[in-house]
Formats: sequence, C-alpha cells, structure tokens
Amino acid sequence: MNDLTLPLLCRRVRVRGLVQGVGYRPFVYRLAFELGLSGWVRNDAEGVDIEARGPAPLVERFIARLRAEAPELARVEAVEVREAEPERSLPGFLIVESRGGHASTAIGPDSALCHDCLEELFSPQDRRHRYAFTHCTHCGPRYSITRELPYDRARTSLAPFPQCPACTAEYADPHNRRFHAEANCCPDCGPQLRLLDAAGQPIAGDPVREAVRLLQAGKIVALKGYGGFHLACDARNGAAVAELRKRKHREEKPFAVMAANVASANALCALGGDEAGLLELPERSIVLLRKQDNTDTQLPGVAPGLQWLGLMLPYAPLHYLLFHAAAGEPEGLAWLAQAQDLVLVMTSANPGGEPLVTDNAEAVERLAGMADAFLCHDRDIVIRSDDSVIRCDEGGVQFLRRGRGQTPRPIKLKDEGPAVLAFGPYLKNTLCVVKGREAYLSQHIGDLDNVPTVNFLEETVAHLLHILDVEPQVIAHDLHPDFPSTRLAAAFAAERGIPAIAVAHHHAHIAAVLAETRYPKPVIGLALDGIGLGEDGGLWGGELLRVDGADCQRLGGLLPLQLPGGDRAAREPWRLAAAALHALGRNGDIEAFVARRYPDQQGAGMIAEMLRKQLNCPPTSSLGRLFDAAAGLLGLRASQRFEAQAAMELEGRAHAWEERHGPAAPLTDGWNINNDGHLDLLPLLAWLGECDDADLGAARFHATLAAGLVHWAAAAAERANLSTLALGGGCLLNHLLSRDLRMGLQARGLAVLEARQAPPNDGGIALGQAWVARQSLGR
Amino acid sequence: MSHGSGGRAMAQLIDELFAPLLGNDYLAQGNDGSVMPLPDGPGRLVMATDAHVVSPLFFPGGDIGCLSVHGTINDVAVMGAKPLYLSASFILEEGFALADLKRIVESMAAAAKEAGVPVVTGDTKVVEQGKGDGVFISTTGVGWLPAGIELSGNRAAAGDAILVSGPIGDHGMAIMSQRESLAFESPIVSDTAALHGLVADLLASGVQVKVLRDPTRGGLGTTLNEIARQSGVGMMLQEARIPVQPAVAAACEFLGLDPLYCACEGRLIAIVAGEDKDKALAALQAHPQGTGAAIVGSVHEDPHHFVQMTTGFGGKRIVDWLTGEQLPRIC
Ligand SMILES: [Fe+3]
Ligand SMILES: [Mg+2]
Ligand SMILES: [Zn+2]
Ligand SMILES: [Zn+2]
Repeated sequence: MNDLTLPLLCRRVRVRGLVQGVGYRPFVYRLAFELGLSGWVRNDAEGVDIEARGPAPLVERFIARLRAEAPELARVEAVEVREAEPERSLPGFLIVESRGGHASTAIGPDSALCHDCLEELFSPQDRRHRYAFTHCTHCGPRYSITRELPYDRARTSLAPFPQCPACTAEYADPHNRRFHAEANCCPDCGPQLRLLDAAGQPIAGDPVREAVRLLQAGKIVALKGYGGFHLACDARNGAAVAELRKRKHREEKPFAVMAANVASANALCALGGDEAGLLELPERSIVLLRKQDNTDTQLPGVAPGLQWLGLMLPYAPLHYLLFHAAAGEPEGLAWLAQAQDLVLVMTSANPGGEPLVTDNAEAVERLAGMADAFLCHDRDIVIRSDDSVIRCDEGGVQFLRRGRGQTPRPIKLKDEGPAVLAFGPYLKNTLCVVKGREAYLSQHIGDLDNVPTVNFLEETVAHLLHILDVEPQVIAHDLHPDFPSTRLAAAFAAERGIPAIAVAHHHAHIAAVLAETRYPKPVIGLALDGIGLGEDGGLWGGELLRVDGADCQRLGGLLPLQLPGGDRAAREPWRLAAAALHALGRNGDIEAFVARRYPDQQGAGMIAEMLRKQLNCPPTSSLGRLFDAAAGLLGLRASQRFEAQAAMELEGRAHAWEERHGPAAPLTDGWNINNDGHLDLLPLLAWLGECDDADLGAARFHATLAAGLVHWAAAAAERANLSTLALGGGCLLNHLLSRDLRMGLQARGLAVLEARQAPPNDGGIALGQAWVARQSLGR
Repeated sequence: MSHGSGGRAMAQLIDELFAPLLGNDYLAQGNDGSVMPLPDGPGRLVMATDAHVVSPLFFPGGDIGCLSVHGTINDVAVMGAKPLYLSASFILEEGFALADLKRIVESMAAAAKEAGVPVVTGDTKVVEQGKGDGVFISTTGVGWLPAGIELSGNRAAAGDAILVSGPIGDHGMAIMSQRESLAFESPIVSDTAALHGLVADLLASGVQVKVLRDPTRGGLGTTLNEIARQSGVGMMLQEARIPVQPAVAAACEFLGLDPLYCACEGRLIAIVAGEDKDKALAALQAHPQGTGAAIVGSVHEDPHHFVQMTTGFGGKRIVDWLTGEQLPRIC
C-alpha cells in the first residue's frame, strides 16, 4: 500500500446531490481509511467537500468509488475533482466541522428500516431488541422529523431526547453506522411507545402485543407512522373492514393494505415483473398490484370490484414489531422471508377529507368514534406526508401520488432559471418550488375544499421555502379564479411585488411532462383528464394542444358532452348517458333508455328536459366524463361512490374481456374528426347504448377510443410538422388506454413522452405550472 | 303603447293607469318632483336604488311590480332605517301588452300600500321593440335612520351569531321553475316581501344588531362571504340548521344547484352579538315573516376570511365566494 515510489497527489473533490444526512461522510472516512489516504471531509452549503492525499492510483480509485459505492440513501449527482494545495498536512483522515451558514443542499426522504437495523430489532441480545425508534444513517425518518436545516439533532423532533452515553459513543464513532445519525436513540434515552384506549387513557401491558391482540380481535387501531396516523384493522376480517368503512363514512373506495413481506404479498396478488422489487424499495410506496381470483375472498370488502389492490410493506420499526408479535415473536429474520398471515388495512387517518392526523392529542380528538385504540409515541411528526402510491406498467413506474418516501426528492429540470413557486390545482393539490435545475414537488396536500387543507398548503409553502432557502421570483397558479390556491398565490405575489402567472389546467398537465422529460422543443400534447378551466373559459378535459413553452394553442378537443346538473353529473354516470343520447339527437329516447338500463332511477324525464332547455348543462370536452358516459350507456352504475369508480370498472371489464379473447378490435366507423378539429366519438357511444355485453362493450370502447385518439393526434402532429407527443392528465392512469396510446403512436413513428416522476393526474399540475411560469419569463 | 307616441298618449297612460293605481297626494300634485316632510328628531337620511330586470315578469308568489317595491324597501330597511318614500321609473318595450302593465302596476301599488311606503314620483319611457325585455323598473327609496342605529357590513366580530329569517332559495327556484316551466311535485313560491316590519321588531327588541342584509343575487353564500371580507372575520355555518324548504332542496339536488347561492327576496340575514342570539331568534320568530327563522352559524377570527360549513359527517367545507358562475371543478 505505501509504495513511496508512486507519485503523491492532492485532490479536492466536490460531491453534489443528496449527500447529507445519509451517512456520506462516514462512508468517505471509511473509504479513505481502507485505502490509507490522508485528508479530510466536511459538509458545506454545496454538498460534501473532500481533500484526499496519497499515491496517485489510490486517490483515483478513491474518487471512482465515491459515486460507485455511495450509501444507499445518497444520490450523487456530481463528483468534481481539481488539483489543490493541501489545507492541512497532518497524516490520517479526519471528519471536520461543517462549514457554511446553512449547511445543507438537501434533506432526504423518509426511508424504511435497513437490514442491519432489522437484525438488531429482532435479536434478543441487542440493546435495541424490539425498540420502535431504531434507525441508522442508512435508514429511518428524515423529512418528517426535520424542523429546519442543517439537519442535526437539535433541529429534529429528537431534540427533547438527549443521547445516553452508549448512543453518544456510537454517534461519535466514524466506524459505527450510527456515526452522526442525528436521530440516534435507544430504549434508555429515546422515545417510547404507548397504547391508549378510545378515551385517550393508557392501556396496560406491552403496547405492541396489546395492539396486535386488539387488531386480531377485530378492533380498529390508529397507528402513528412516519408521516401521520393510519387507521388499521385486520384485512382478513370482513366485519372489521365493514366497521371501519362505517366509521370512516367510506362506502366503497378501496383501502390499501400492509403485508409483512413479498411472500405474504404474493399470496394475495400475483406479482409480476419488477413489482417485488418496487415493494421492497426503501421508499415503501403503496404499489397497485393486480388482484388474483381469490383476493376479494381473502380480504373481503377491502377493494371490492376493482382489479387492483394497493399494497405496501412495513417501513417503520413499529410496523415490523406488529407483524413480529403476530408471528409469535420469533428470533432472527427468517420469519420475514416467510408468508405471514396478518394483513392490515392501512388507511390514512384524515377524517372528513382533512389533512392527516399527526399529533397524539389531536388523534384522540379527531379520530374519536373511529379508533378503538391509539398506538402512539412521543416523537413528533414535524411535517405530515401521506403514503406514496405507484404502479408499474410496460413503460415503467408511474406515480398516482407522491408523498412519504419520495418528498422532498427533487425532479431534475433541463435548465437553470429563476426561482418559482407554483400553488397547484384544486383537487389532489401539491405545490412546487423550483430552484436552479431542481423542482421540488411537495407531498400530496389534498383537496382544497376545506380550511385545514388550505392551511396545510400554506404551511407547506412556508416550510419548503424555508428548508430549501428559496425566495421565489415568480408565482404560478391555475386559471380558475375561485380556487383557494389561486387566491393564496395572488396574495403571496402581491405581498412581495412579484409577478403571478395563471396557467390553464391542461397546459400545465402537458408542461409537467415536458419538465420531467427535459424536452426542450414544441410538442403536440394530448391532455386526457377530468375537468379544468380552459383558456376560452370552457370546461376542458380531452384536448389536443400544441405546446411551445409558455405558448399553448388548442388544436382541438373531444366533441363536448353536456353535464346535466354540473358537478352532480360527474357523480351520476346515467346522466352522462342521457347527455350522450341528447348529443346523438335522441333526446326523446332518454326516458325509455334509462327505464331499460336503470329501472330504479327516477327523474329521467327531467334530465331530458334539462338537456332540451340547456338548464345547468355546461358542455365539457373532458375524457373523464366520456368514460362516465360509456359506463352509463353500458348500464354499469347509476352513481359513483368515489372519483373515477365507473371508469375503473369499465377498465376492469375491458381487461377481463381481453383476458378471455385477446385485444378487442376498434368499432368500424366508431369516430369522426370533424371540421373544427373535434374528435367525435358519438357513433361509438350510440353503439354502446345498444350493447348488452358490458365486457365486450368496455373492451371495444377502449380500443376504439385509443384508435381515434391515435389517429387524431397523429394527424395533428403531421400537420404541425412535429414528431413528439406528450401525454398528460388523469385518464393516463388507465392502464389499457395508456398502453394502447403508447403503442399506437409509436407504431406511427411518433415519440411519446409520459409522466413518470410526477403523477400524470392533478398531483403533477404544480410542476407544469412552475415550468410554464419559467418559460414565460424567458420569452 | 307605441314608441314615440307623443305627449298626449303618455299623459293618457299616466292619467288612466298609473295615477289611479299608485295615486297619492304627492303624485297628485303633478309636478316634476315631490316635496315631502321628514320625521322629527335627530337622524339621517338613507337612500337606496335598485333596477329590476327579471324574467319571467310574473312568477309564483309575485311579479316584477311587487319585487321592485320590496327590493328597494329591503335595501333601505337593512340599513336599519324606516322606509318613507319611493320613486319608480319604467322602461317599456314598444308593443308591451297594456293588460300586463296594468297587472304589474297594480301589484306595485298593492305592495307599496301594504308596506305603507308611497311612490311619490315616477317616470316612464318607451323603447323600440327588441331594445327592452317587456318592462324594466327602477325604484329608489328614501328612509329615515334614527340616531344611534349603526349597521354596516364591516361590523361583524368574533363571537357574533348569524341568523336567517326563514328558508333560503325560494325566490331563485320559483323564478327558475317558472322560466323553464319545470313541473316540481310541490310548487315553489317566491318569498318576495318587504322586510322593514321584521327589521323594526328586531331592532326594537334591544338586541345588539351588527349587520343586516337581504341575500338577493348570489344568495346566502355570497352575501356572507361579502360580510366576512368587509368585516375581516371568518364564519362557521351548520348545514343542518340552515332552513331550506324540502321542495327547494329536492329541486336543487336534482338540478345540481346549491341553495346557498340561490336568491332570496324576502329573507333577512342578521348578525347579532353572540349573547343576544336567543333573544334575536325570539324577536324574529314572533313576527309573521320570521316564523322560520334560525340561528345558522357564528363568527370567529380568521385572517383568510373563510366562510365554512359543517356538513353531515362532521366534515367542514369551504362555502366559496364565487366570482363567476358556479363552474364545475371536478377533475
Ligand atoms: Fe387534471
Ligand atoms: Mg339593491
Ligand atoms: Zn439502519
Ligand atoms: Zn441511548
């Protein structure tokens, strides 16, 4: 090693990216130690700064391994090397004090417990055996416990827990994986679990064992996770699930579940492709998995009538302890490789659609009447985050919701530019802070129809600006004047005297895709969505756009259907079926049709009259509503219990048909492109109204829709002399539609851009708004 | 009546139609204006004006004639004033049926008489066919505000209670059902009425009244948002306590409309000191126009001035201040 004939080098190395709070400095230290190099490492405002001295080949090897072997949670974006004079000439390698006022480039997301910590958790000899707050520099909570930066203990919710001598020694030892683990603690010095009854009084005994006993007895227990409380019950107990539905006033909307491990998940759903790997990522998102034939029998009432089950694996020690107790508290980790019987419903504790409950006292108060017991603890949640939801398709991973485990990880943009703050849409609100080339899309905030969620949006704005140290130069918001997000944005901009830019909803949908794909040129955008306010004041949602940065030109839309009763029609697909008949010039058939498909439905005559008189029947080109119309025409359901229920059933039936017969052929002459650029699918709708095989109808609807959209978009691309298409909007979460669109467009030689890092639905709107605002400054 | 018909025709119209119906000592003087006495004692004048445009002109429970009297009297009354005199100006569309005009003026006269507020001056113009919608009526009211009464939209404060004098949305739905000839199971009748008697009783009850309003266009939801912003406060309503007639609720439900945004023409919103809320309720309920009165919410501090409403399952939603139409927002 110490061959003194080799030339000696001194190099300064700058490492950028997510390299703080993830054990990067100890990693550098151990690497230098192993290679026998001298020098030092420190954190500063730009990342990690290193000086390495030693024989040239060893220094080079050291530099190469800085990226290749970086700790699991680190995201190394750049390793910049330059020659330098040594700052210190002492032999050996040191970790030196952080430099710079605000010492962090980034704070990491919350992360699932690592293998080493799990081993300790379940070895009876270890001092952290069954301790619910164990973690190390490679794992554990970050974003949810950090009040401000730099990330050190005093600024986290571990501040009230001084470390004991044993923990202090680990924290100070560069060879220990808890070296500088800011939230390090143990049973002697750290937070403690408590189990409270419905009235908030302590329940005697071991909190984990007692909680499992209650769960196994069919009770509902509120569990304090990283980002907030869940309401949990035994997912195999139909009565418990029904009771949870009753208490949460949640009729049919699917619940997500937590299973102990991949083996247990496999017993519930047939895992394909990369799904096992996705489940096991340290982010621990809820993964939508395709059910198998007996899933609904195994988990009665959990996700009735749908093809997908949302499933996640344990991430916090607390969750592991529950499964461990249910398994009889075996020693070691072997049990974690075997299928376990216990499956928990894990639903966000967000009563009344308000933000997730995070605080113990608040839980007892706000979840009164819902939870039979509360498994909580005295480590505060600083920032709440709902679970992330992802799905895997032919094109890769797709987000349905970004939250815990993902935020505040940035999405990388193509260019630098002024700092932007975007306030997001009305439903599924998220906000976005853009700084340099990084777009920080916030965790899921929620629907802004209630004040606590609006307050949560405001808090998150302040928190993100604070921890990212950003002073926005421009504000972006939706075009709709009545959204609380729009009003907050206007007030924020006025206070600071900076511009506020309104962005049409569907322009933002396409822009979000351009932002994350870093596509710099004009595209044809196909926005397939629910409803958003268009540039012309219309209700858009199935639009063909030409997007060139801040410019958005509408080339066409779906032929509008009317919404008899406005928003109400979106909850009642039979009304959209009536609107389709009206559009077909068959208003007179509405009553007979409704009587045939929905014998119990009252008021068909009145709906026909509303349509004739244009009474509260706003027209919309939304594809989401066209799905409702199709479901309504096939007689699938008169009313929806949750958003997109009818569309999901339609997709499920189409899938079922395809399983039996292979891909359906599009209906001949099922669509037209009319002179004003509208895609008219009325012939298809007419056929659906007569089709008595709902599976066939659903399959042919999907096939014809995709064929029509492909033709429509390809023709527009050709006219515009463009060869790239961006797909955005909530309808892209329909697996069959996005698959057929992608394949159809690619078959015509078009390049397809899709949302992969941000959700294609409204959860990605803020990113698109921010991108458009930046583009408009540049022009 | 034809447009451009000379002074003689107009004089005839006045002599034969307006004078006998609306007639009183002031009008009878036949001057360009009227001279009227004021009440004795310290006080101030209140004046309000309102142009009435309504389609259809005749609807269940009323017509544009009585509406034009009630609307302006109510604007004066919610200032806490006693309405004294009205003026009226008519814009008639050429060819408008004389019989219909007569019905309208009769209805105005009856409303003015019932309210005890004479129409003391007026004007009539005729416009070409196609340039009007039958008839437009502008009315102006003058009232007397005794010293010591201070009502204003900026006086609501945390702790105050919010009351309404009766079911909301009747007028809006009556107009709609008539205009669109919708046949509901039970007919919906406009609530149009003059509120000054009810207001007088409430003020006389000794309750500390902060704000009075009549929730006309935009309904209860819009009016409360206006007050919240003017006063710089938040409000919390209880959905279950807001009176809505079953027929109105059912029609709104079906049509996809929200009764919170449907117009009233004979309902009073009263914001009173919290400790007086029961007294205020009793005062309203003792008056024939307030039998359906209810305490519907309260005022609290809120820098965002949100009006919220607790709904069925203990949820709370924002009662929006709509700048435009009720645009669908589902996505
Ligand atoms: Fe959308
Ligand atoms: Mg007025
Ligand atoms: Zn660990
Ligand atoms: Zn300790």
